[in-house]
Formats: sequence, C-alpha cells, structure tokens
Amino acid sequence: MKLLAVVALSLASLVPAAPAAAQTIKLGELNSYKVFPAFLEPYRKGMELAVDEINAAGGVLGRRLELVSRDDNGNPGDAVRVAEELISRERVALLMGTFPSNVGLAVADLAKQRRVLFLAAEPLTDKIVWESGNEYTFRLRASTYMQTAMLVPEAAKLAKRRWAIVYPNYEYGQAATATFKRQMTERAAGAIEFVEQAVPLGKIEPGPVVQALIDAKPDAIFSSLFGPDLARFVREGQLRGLFKDRPVFNLLGGEPEYLDPLKDEAPVGWWVTGYPWYAIDTPEHKRFRDAYQKRFDDYPRLGSVVGYATIHSAAAALRKAGTTDTPKLVAAMKGLEVDTPFGRITYRAIDHQSTMGAYVGRTAVRDGKGVMVDWRYADGKDYLPADDEVKRLRPAK
Amino acid sequence: MSAAPVLAVERLSKSFDGVRAVRDVSFRVSAGELCALIGPNGAGKTTCFNCVNGQLVPDEGRVWLAGVNVTGRPPREMALAGVGRTFQVAATFASMTVRENVEVALLSHAGHGEALLARASGARRAQADALLERAGIAALADRHCGALPYGDAKRVELALALAGNPKLLLMDEPTAGMAHADRDAIMATAAELARRDRVAVLFTEHDMDVVFGFADRIVVLDRGRVIADAPPDVVRADANVQAVYLGTA
Amino acid sequence: MTLTALALQLLNGLASASALFLVAAGLTLIFGVTRVVNFAHGSLFMLGAYLAWSFGEAFGDGVAAHWASVLAAAAVVALVGVAIEALLLKRLYAAPELLQLTATFGVVLVVRDAALALWGAEDKLGPRVPHLDGTVQIAGRAIPEYDLFLIVVGPVVLVTLTWLVTRTRFGTLIRAASENRVLASALGVRQALLFSAVFALGAGLAGLAGALQLPREPANLNMDLAVVAEAFVVTVVGGLGSIPGAFLAALIIGLVKALCIGLGTVEIGGVAVAFPRLTLVAEFVVMAVVLAVKPHGLLGAPPPVLASTPLPEQRTLVLVPGRRAAVAAAVLFGALALLPAVVDDYLLVLATDVLVATLFAASLQFIMGPGGMTSFGHAAYFGVGAYAAALAFRHGWPMPAALALAPVAAMAAAVLLGGFAVRLAGVYLAMLTLAFAQIVWSIVYQWDAVTGGSNGLVGIWPPALLAHRASYYLFTLAIVGSALLLLARIAHAPFGFALRAARDSSLRAAAIGVDVRATQWRAFALAGAFAGLAGGLFAFSKGSISPETLAIPRSVDALVMVLLGGLNALAGPLLGAAAFTWMQDELARATDYWRAATGVVILAIVLLFPQGIGGALARLRPRRRPLAT
Repeated sequence: MKLLAVVALSLASLVPAAPAAAQTIKLGELNSYKVFPAFLEPYRKGMELAVDEINAAGGVLGRRLELVSRDDNGNPGDAVRVAEELISRERVALLMGTFPSNVGLAVADLAKQRRVLFLAAEPLTDKIVWESGNEYTFRLRASTYMQTAMLVPEAAKLAKRRWAIVYPNYEYGQAATATFKRQMTERAAGAIEFVEQAVPLGKIEPGPVVQALIDAKPDAIFSSLFGPDLARFVREGQLRGLFKDRPVFNLLGGEPEYLDPLKDEAPVGWWVTGYPWYAIDTPEHKRFRDAYQKRFDDYPRLGSVVGYATIHSAAAALRKAGTTDTPKLVAAMKGLEVDTPFGRITYRAIDHQSTMGAYVGRTAVRDGKGVMVDWRYADGKDYLPADDEVKRLRPAK
Repeated sequence: MSAAPVLAVERLSKSFDGVRAVRDVSFRVSAGELCALIGPNGAGKTTCFNCVNGQLVPDEGRVWLAGVNVTGRPPREMALAGVGRTFQVAATFASMTVRENVEVALLSHAGHGEALLARASGARRAQADALLERAGIAALADRHCGALPYGDAKRVELALALAGNPKLLLMDEPTAGMAHADRDAIMATAAELARRDRVAVLFTEHDMDVVFGFADRIVVLDRGRVIADAPPDVVRADANVQAVYLGTA
Repeated sequence: MTLTALALQLLNGLASASALFLVAAGLTLIFGVTRVVNFAHGSLFMLGAYLAWSFGEAFGDGVAAHWASVLAAAAVVALVGVAIEALLLKRLYAAPELLQLTATFGVVLVVRDAALALWGAEDKLGPRVPHLDGTVQIAGRAIPEYDLFLIVVGPVVLVTLTWLVTRTRFGTLIRAASENRVLASALGVRQALLFSAVFALGAGLAGLAGALQLPREPANLNMDLAVVAEAFVVTVVGGLGSIPGAFLAALIIGLVKALCIGLGTVEIGGVAVAFPRLTLVAEFVVMAVVLAVKPHGLLGAPPPVLASTPLPEQRTLVLVPGRRAAVAAAVLFGALALLPAVVDDYLLVLATDVLVATLFAASLQFIMGPGGMTSFGHAAYFGVGAYAAALAFRHGWPMPAALALAPVAAMAAAVLLGGFAVRLAGVYLAMLTLAFAQIVWSIVYQWDAVTGGSNGLVGIWPPALLAHRASYYLFTLAIVGSALLLLARIAHAPFGFALRAARDSSLRAAAIGVDVRATQWRAFALAGAFAGLAGGLFAFSKGSISPETLAIPRSVDALVMVLLGGLNALAGPLLGAAAFTWMQDELARATDYWRAATGVVILAIVLLFPQGIGGALARLRPRRRPLAT
C-alpha cells in the first residue's frame, strides 16, 4: 500500500496553488514549435516583441499581458490536450496560435465546445472560417483561398491555355489547386487545360515530377510547394529547363522562410505571395522592423509579423471588450480593427476572417539572395468572395 | 479393428531437390511396443519421422494410425488424432509453470483451448498433477519451466506428449543431451507408460545402449531404405547392419 | 506518355533508386548482423547531410573540397554510429527483442533536437557539385549529370559491399553472424568487435547517403523520419540482411514511383485515376504485395524454424494475477475514481489521455507479449475505431452506438490484415502491419468527401451528460477499466495460454493440438477491437480526429509505451502510458528541448530497466511462488 501513499502524495502536489498573480491577463498560445521551427521561431520572437511593447506601455486594462505558450507537437490530439490545460488550469483569457490546418480546426472545435475565444494565427485552411467556422474562432492570416486569388489576376492576364499545377498532396495544396482552377476557368475567355502533379508533403521526387511537367508541355505553371519540396523543385526545374519561357506562379514562394534558403539559386521572375521585409517602408512596418532588428539582431520573417499581429489583435480585443469575459471578447472581435505592420486590418463580422493581406510580386536575385521585386500589397478584403457566397459557405449558427 | 497396428507406415518415399531421402519404407508399431528407428547420419530417420508426425508430406506411400489413413495431415491434426511427440531439443512453454504447461495441453486436447473467459491456470489441476506424477516430476509442478534443468524439461515434454492420451508416442532422440543416469530413467518411464497404457512408441536414438536396452523392435534405415526390422537380438547379429555401423557406432 | 518519356522516367527512377539503396544498404547490413531494428538510421542520414553542409562551408569551393566534405561527413557519422552501438545498444543485446528499437527511438529524439540546436531551424541547401552541376542531353531532354553519377554510385556500392561480404574475412564473419549468431560465437567470432565494425560501416553508409543527397535536397529537420520508413521498406522488400535484395527493392520502388509520376492522370474505364497521388504510399503498396507473395522479401532466406526460440521475454515466467493483483487493481481503480474530487480539471484531461493510451498500449501488448507478434502499424486499428465512431456519430448515431461501432470496425480491419499477417513472423510481420497502416492512412488522408482528408473530422463531442471533463473521465475510466480487466482475463484464459504457447514454441503448440495461425489471427482481431475502442474514446475526448490518429508516430508511441512499461508486466501498459504521457506533458512545459529530454529519459529507462518499468517493479515485490532453480 506504499504505492497508494505515493500516488496520493504526488496527486496532492499536482493540485495547483491559488493563482498568485491575479493582475496579469494570460494569453494562451499553442503551436507546433518543434515541427515547423523555421516559421515558428521568428513567430515566437514576434509575439515576445509585441507583449513587451504592450506591457511597456502599461499593459491592457491596467493589467500586464502574460504569454503562456505550449508546444502542440503538430498533432490535433496533443493540441487539444494543451489547449485544455491552458483553459482549465491556466485560466487564460483566450486561445491563440496553431500552424497546421488540422490542428487549427481541432482547436477551433474545442474552443466552440468550451466556449473560449480562439484566434487562429497561421492555419491557412479556408474551412476554419467557412465550412467549419464557429462563433468562437477568428483567423488572422490570409487564407489559401485569398492568397490564391491574389495571384489569379496576373495569371489570368497572361492568357495561357495549358497550365501545369504542382501541389503538396494535402488539403492546403488541394484547396489552392481547386481555387486556382475555378477562378482561372471563370476568368478565361476560352477553355483552359490543367495537368496536375500531387507530391507527398516533404517527399517530392523532383526528377520525375519535373520531367513529367516538361513532357506535359504546359504554357505556364502554378505551384503551391513550400519548404524543402520547393527547394528541390526549383533546383531540379532550373537544371532541366522546366522554367525556361514558362511563367511560374508559386503560392507563399516569396516568404523569407522559404525563399532565403535558396540563396542565389532563388528563381527569377516568378509570381509569388510573400513578404519583402527589406523593401516595405510604410511607417508602421518600419517601426516594427526596426524594433525587431534591435531586439533580436535578426531580420523579421513572415512568422514574426504573424506572431506580432496576433498579440496585438488579442490586446485590441481585450481593450475593446474591456473585460476578459468570453462573450464580450467574441463580440469585440467582430469588426475589430487592429494596426499591424501591414497596416490596419479588420476582423470581419461575417466570417471572422481578418483582412490582413499579403505581398504579391516577382522574385529576383540581389546580392546572392532571393528577393521580391515589383511587389504590391494585396489587401485581404479585396480577395474574399461576395458576402452572400460567404454566408452560403458558413454554417448557420 | 483391434487387429490393426497403431502405426503402419506403407511404402513411404520422400525426395528433396531430386535426392531421395526415404525410399519405399514400410514398418509397423503395435500397441505397447517400443520400436526404435535407427541408422547412420543421412539414413532418412528424421525424414521418416517427420512424415509420421506431419511436419513433412510424403511424396508417396501412406501413414495409417489405428487403421485410419492420416497421410499428409499437419502436425496439429496428427496431435488431435492421437499422436504425442517429444522433440530432439526439448520444446516446452518456457514462460509457464510446469503444471500450466500440462494444463494447456489438456485444455487443447479437450477442445477448450479457445475459451476466452474461463480460467486456465489450475483448470485441470488434478488431471495435470496425475500426468506429472506419471512422468515422475510431480514435485516440480509449480516450478518455472523455462528455468528447469534439461533432463527435467525432457520429462515435462513427456508429460505434454501424454496429455492427449496418445495412441502413438513419437520420441525424437529422447536422450540427446542428457546425463547418463537420466537417460535410463526417462526411457524406463517411457517404457513403463507404453506397457501400462498400451501406447505404441516409436523413437529415434543415437545411443546404442539405450536402443538395445529398451527397444522391443528395431527398424534400421540405410540410405533411405529399411535394411532390418527385427527384435534387438536379431538386429545385433545382422550382417548388413554390422556393415553399415562398422566404424560408426 | 511516349516511349521516350517512359524511358527517361525510368532513368529518373534509377537515380532515386540509387539514393534509396545507399540508405537501405547500411540498414540491412546492421539488421542482418545485429538484429537491431535501428530506428535512428534516418537520423544518421540527416546528420550526414548536415555535416556535409558544414564541412562544405568550412572547406570552401572546389572539387577536392566538395568530395572531402562528403567523405568527412560519412566518417563522422560512422563514428557516431560506433558511439551509439558502444554506449547504448551493446548493453541491450540480451534485452527483449525490440527494446533496441525503443532505445534508437530515444536517439532519434535527441539527434533531432541536437540538429536544431547546432544548425538552426532554416533549411540548409548545399551547393551544386563542381563538374557535375550541368545536364546531359538525352533524347532531347536535359538529364542532370548528378543523377547519372548517382545511377553509377548505387551499383558501385552494391558491388563493393558484395565483394566485402563474399570475398573477405570480414565478410565471412558477417555472413556467419547473420546466419547463425550462436554458431558464430561458438566459432570464436569476436562478436563485440564485429558488431562495432558493422555498425560503423552501416552508419557510415547512412552518412554517405545523406551527404550525397545534399545537392538534391536541403538538409532539414524532417529528413530523418521521411527517410527511415522508406529505408525500412526497401530493406524488408529486399529481404532482411540481403544487400542485393535491397538494391532490387530500391530499384522497384524508385521505378514504380517514377512511373506513377510519369503516368499522370489517366482515364481508366471512364474514371480519372491520378497516379501521382499514389506516390504517397507507393512503397507501402509494393511492400504489402511482395510480403503477401514472398513472406521473406525478394531475396531473403526464411529463418530456420526452431522448436523453441529462446528469447528472453519467452523465458520469463508470467504469473497469473492472484488476489494481491486483484486487490491492487481494485484499490487503484477506486483511487482513480476519486480523482475528480481531488485534482483540477486539466489533470482529468491528462488522466483521460493516459487511460486511452493505456488501453491502446494494452491492446498492443496483448499481441506483442502473449502473442509474440510485433506490430509497427497498430495505430491502424486505433484510427479505424476513431473514424468509425466519428463517422457514425456525424451520421446521426447516438454516441454510445457510435462508440460501440469503433471496436467492431477496428476488429474487421484487424481480421482483414491478420489473415495475411499471421503467415509472417518477426520483423516481416511487423512491417506488413506498417504497410497496412500506411495504406489505410493514405486512403483516409485522400478521401476528402468521407474522411475530411488531411483536415479530418470535427464536432465529435459526447452528449451533455458526458460533456464535462470529469464525467467523461469517469466514463473513460469505467470503460477502460472493464476493457483492461477483460483483456487480462483473456490473457489468462485458455485462449491466452494457447496464444502464449504458440509464442513460446509454435512446434510444440501444434503438437498438442493448438491451431497456431488461427489462434494468432484471433489474437490480432481481439487486439484490433480493443485498440479500436481506445480510438473511439479518443475521438470523443478530443472532439475531432485527423489522419494522424493512424499515422506512424502513433504506432511508434504505442510501441514505446509497451516496451517502457514492460512486455510481460500486467501493469506495463498503464505504467508505460502514464510515464510517456507525463514525460510529454511535463517536459514540454519545462524546456524547449523537450524532445531531447524525452529521448534522454527513454534511454535512461531502457538502460536501467530493460524489462520495463513494470518488470523492474515486479522484481521488487516478494515472489508469490517459489521459483528457485
């Protein structure tokens, strides 16, 4: 029965003491830090910067913000567990974060079940605000749909007839492909043909894929690859001459997280969505970039902006609600305006999607590094479906 | 019916990759009889033995068990048809106690081996203990089988082989790897069981003292053929056998 | 697809095959001799790539510098391999089979975090290879020189290794050890030295493969697991320990994938089949087909059937739980039932996770312990159960009915696979289960309309009565408690004994009338059912599921839990699941390097308690029966 005593003792030690610092407002954050470190390390820095800025300015509602961050191990099961910890033990005011879409959706559903505000920072899936959208979930980043739509105008202008599409074989790539095909077909005067290559995420066979694309003799290429898959595709494609005389569009391809590792082999002349941190000289971005570089001695990545803007969104919601009470926070989120390094964004009441946009431009190599040139800021609000379409997509309450 | 021998091997042949390991072998073993199957290495003993226990399917010939044709049946069906066996290297269930070993065998033979919810251990305690008694290891019932000395493990095997009330007991090199005193003891036990329960025993053996000391009849194989099938005294005097064994035994 | 295009796709396939063979060659060599299922082989490959990058930066440009960096990377990785063997695996050769797998899993976790700490999160793209950075025109298409180089390297390594194995003294020793370890040691082969040498060679090959891959793929933190599963498949398809077999298997898999990609989307009987999507599981489909036809791989030799396999776990006496165990279980159950009165809500969430994991691990322990059959794909049944419950629930079934469907569906899946699996043994069986799991995974992953694809299904919450964390915890406790009781009962019923008999000695079991295969098949079905029940409980505890419920990491987690807890210990699954879940929860909060910390704890447990935590606890207890020998 010694065992029992041990069990009882250890259980007793696990009961948390009464919260000592009732004056802070806890922000519960969870993300897949160890699965997607390239994106999420800058993201974490962005969050830290924002929290420090806000606290230095006196916090929110007279209380300091406290970031309680957890690793969700990149899978929904663990994510729900740590989210439960944040809700029930840490008693956080709201949940935020997540990276992969399946994790984002799982946490969104938990938020609905436990009636907690969830601010999805990074997941791109359209479903999180549409098909699976719920009262408690809001999303910051421009979705797969939006970013694809941002590339479509340029793609349609080229009036190419035969498109090769290469995408990672999971929901993000599938959704990007579907949106691209639909919108291109809608805009095109004549018939458009598509040939597709779905590659397993992280395991592209670049040689066969590139050759199959060459053999398909496309007029242009639309890709939603990223990370190591993109690097392999770029190198193999350049070597084999796939990109010669063919316009290429690559979703996310201009994000420093994916462009920088390519160094001087970065593709030239591709249309991409991304983040030209070195060239955006709006006052709000300059302020952010200077503060970031001063604090971390490193340049910001897109993740940094996402982390930074997520915290500021949460702070703005708290300020607007004047309380940490969930129903009031949810109400405050609807139509909430937040100033971010990309300018002012709005969380739409209709579908809880923020209007944060992305930068659309073409890739180039400068000083041995991949950069974006001829870019423009594509405001998210301009790349969302019409309201009645959104209402149709989103389930009634 | 009662006239049929327990085991009748009829014109058995088996080849491996074109090499005929056993040719046209026939012999019989009767109830209560201890029959030794001997021969120099490569004579076909093991092949012959494995055709009888079901591990091999003969190319030609028949194996009859108490008048029933059992040729080509797999080991499991042979076991259920009444063939008990021991292995050259003692094969027992090492993760169980000695009694549990025997209980598993008893349950299996009784057709209860698939019960999901009954208790297994202790289920057939009395029956198991009786078998252990007969095998001369009643005192070891609660011992861990995997930790037994080799001679004792051989006796556990004997008890396992007897659990199905076999008509025929096959013993493959029953004394291999045993100390001298143990050899005679286990063979004496087997002989006694055979006589008392009218079990037919077929065994292979290298040790000629054991063969001539315990066998009622000896079948001698050489290069796949039977060269002698007679009581020990006759075999001992057989010129062919002496020629085959000259210098080897 | 024209004939030229086809021929060139096959050429591409050859290049991939060569790269794949290089990784698999080292793995098959190590397995053949040491029987270690080296999960860390992919980590060695990854280290090779990172090291080649670093050496490349240090040595500068130029031909000599490039190849020096490749060789230096291979050499360093060989040393790492020796260190792993000497410090870790050497101590585990006498431990239960597969405990080394747990240990190498610990190494995987440590290496991953070490690589993150050393090289950072950003992918490292290596430079192109001097003089091999261009292309050659073949049939009007540009083929990279480096691909042609790789196509040559594969056979060169094959010939070299074959020469090494068949023509040298070292090779003779390797073959002796592969074929019969006992005999080899009787012949005076100095096993310790041989194993170290083989590990060095195998690890060096992995490092070389990684270094040679760098010009084709940036060094990144996901290389390890991406490559290890594929390398295992190649090894198994070729036949464990067979180097030519590995080459042949790599060739087949490389070509099949290239062909799938080359074919593109084809209309077959009016249905558009997107062949490229098959690359997600091509290697596993190949493996399933090969193993169904050739149970020992293409060129593998069947292991000798022994009347009695003297594995340590098969010599350990399994005690029938007595009154003490019953009392302990009742007390534990009572204590757990009181938990909601004592602890906070989160601990109940954690405890629910532990209970679900316990049932899952217990179902695996049932076929691994008493059954003696290893499953690397046990998550398949967990996932099938979870999806069955979730789908039924979303189609309007009440929650209890949906939950009841989970074990039924999972059992059906297990019956389907079990029929093939029980014809196999050892690692082949384990790998067939893995192939099955991967195939199921890929179907779930891609069948958007029904399973929700990679996103999965949401909105699977229990009804109001069970919606609260405490009530769902108690519900789970009741179900898991009863299921564990039932499982323990079965393990010690005649069926469980027959199963263990078949494990201890399949020949002896058949000789007492046990239908070995049928018994093992039933055990598979039962284990599947219990795993499925765990999956159903999981779905309702999380409110959502996605394909990760049946992915490889979940299978590996269960394996690690079982081995941590102890293969034969009654409380093993509970101890293993609790320890593992606690580690993940507690360490993840304590340190950013929680993966490495988890790895270190796993290594410590494995080294200190080779019989698992449960086995170690059992040794502390006074023995119930006199067992003196």
